[in-house]
Amino acid sequence: MSLIEVRSPGMLTTVQDLGREGFGPMGVSPSGAADPVALRIGNRLVGNVEGAAGLEMTLFGGTFIFPEHAEIALTGADFRATLDTQCIDLWSSAEVRAGQTLRLEATRTGARCYLCVRGGIAVKLFLGSASTHLLSGLGGFEGRALRKGDVVKIGTAGGGFRTFRKRKVAAKALEKLAPRKTLRVTVGPQSDWFSQAAREVFYRSTYRITEESNRMGLRLEGLPISADAGGEMTSEGVSLGAVQIPSSGLPIILFVEQQTTGGYPKIANVISADLGSLGQLRPRDEIRFERVDMETARSLLVEQEKLLASKELILE
Amino acid sequence: MGTSSSRGVQFRVASDQALLVYFETLAGKSVVGAPHLQRQITAENHEQVRKLLRLLESEPIAGVRNLHPAYSSILIKFDGMSLRHEALQETLLGYIERMKKVALPEPRLVEIPVCYGGEFGPDLKDVAELHGMTPESVINLHASTTYRVYFLGFAPGFAYLGELPDALVTPRLATPRRSVPAGSLGIAGNQTGVYPIATPGGWRLLGRTPAAMFRPDRAEMSLLAIGDRVRFAPISREQFAKLENA
Repeated sequence: MSLIEVRSPGMLTTVQDLGREGFGPMGVSPSGAADPVALRIGNRLVGNVEGAAGLEMTLFGGTFIFPEHAEIALTGADFRATLDTQCIDLWSSAEVRAGQTLRLEATRTGARCYLCVRGGIAVKLFLGSASTHLLSGLGGFEGRALRKGDVVKIGTAGGGFRTFRKRKVAAKALEKLAPRKTLRVTVGPQSDWFSQAAREVFYRSTYRITEESNRMGLRLEGLPISADAGGEMTSEGVSLGAVQIPSSGLPIILFVEQQTTGGYPKIANVISADLGSLGQLRPRDEIRFERVDMETARSLLVEQEKLLASKELILE
Repeated sequence: MGTSSSRGVQFRVASDQALLVYFETLAGKSVVGAPHLQRQITAENHEQVRKLLRLLESEPIAGVRNLHPAYSSILIKFDGMSLRHEALQETLLGYIERMKKVALPEPRLVEIPVCYGGEFGPDLKDVAELHGMTPESVINLHASTTYRVYFLGFAPGFAYLGELPDALVTPRLATPRRSVPAGSLGIAGNQTGVYPIATPGGWRLLGRTPAAMFRPDRAEMSLLAIGDRVRFAPISREQFAKLENA
């Protein structure tokens, strides 16, 4: 079995796949890649199934040594990657010769960069998924972020190494899939708890991502808004991308490691097609919310899925 | 598509891939659109939640990905590529129709040992003072009540237990603790519960259990499941140490 040696882990590097759905009744949220679009494309570039596990790096990437021949792809944000001394392209497959060092630095664009490797990252599955859930210390590599000196195994799914052929993502597709700063939302289940004036503030304001944001939630600062009836309600299940308004009035967007239930009213919900964009937001980034109707949300999801499944996505 | 109501059940769109089902009525009136009324947490509504959950688990609907039960609602997450809210709602109405025939199993009674007070229960004294009681009577009252597991949420294995006796109903801490140790027993409002893992938290802490609330290497990962009945059994420091090392 091939390995990756972690020379330096970067700021926060975890093993992620597309998460574990189906365990809500136990209080376990799905977790999974913060930008699933980037992970799926990375896996396609190296010939994996799109839900194979990869490494998710946050804001500042790590340094990794490959003792054996490997095929990799970097997707998501540009972390200025080099292989030994050579720059390597984002959104394309690359051949790594035995003994080479992959080095990533501070991000130049978004928040997260994915390292996908042919065969996938191999860890013991927890509830059917390789995803790390940091808060509970479950899943992934020993339930935690990678540290210096860790040795990560590469799986053999897909038949291990193959004759290398360069593959890259079509520029047109990348343009369509580019992360957005104007997030499209559908109305939330308690949107009618908010006055017309409060809703106008919400949809007309610019909000800033704070430093306290993480995989559980994106905390925003900007103009506070409040629900007519106050900030608390009977707890109920909460969906990914829900925009909840706690008593402070400052929105929190629930993210991949979210609590499964919550007691704050939700004014809106980020549409599925824009969830990947959430994973690329950095502290101090400015965002806005744009309301769309359900039919638009659905067709944007269908459009994105069609693009991700299309032959034209990857050029050989 | 907003709220729709049928036979005492209300549906509400949560996201483009999620639908909320509410079982709650207040004097025959829907309360979903009435923010000024506190939603009712009743055993009856909760039984409905459990019955629908049981049906959905034994006869899964194609395209449904996840279920998040709570006091009187279930959030249903689904694959938006194969299912629409309208179709899901139709199917659910059929399930709800059949809920009358669902027999819930006799609830399990789970006893959880707790060492109350001291460093394990840093808020016990304050809670006692707040209610003009002695710490001993707080412990007696808390440990002599049988609680119902309404649902698991917040973190893996965290069970929302209710209701606390009226005399113990206490607001959350104004400032949550940065870290609450695993096993801590807390109260908040009319709820009580045990933190399965060390997390930040705002519940007032009365004690700690040596029991593992969630263990991924156990067949039943979570010690508690929705519908269980729970009682807390006071133990000494010595018993705590013994059980912790067992």
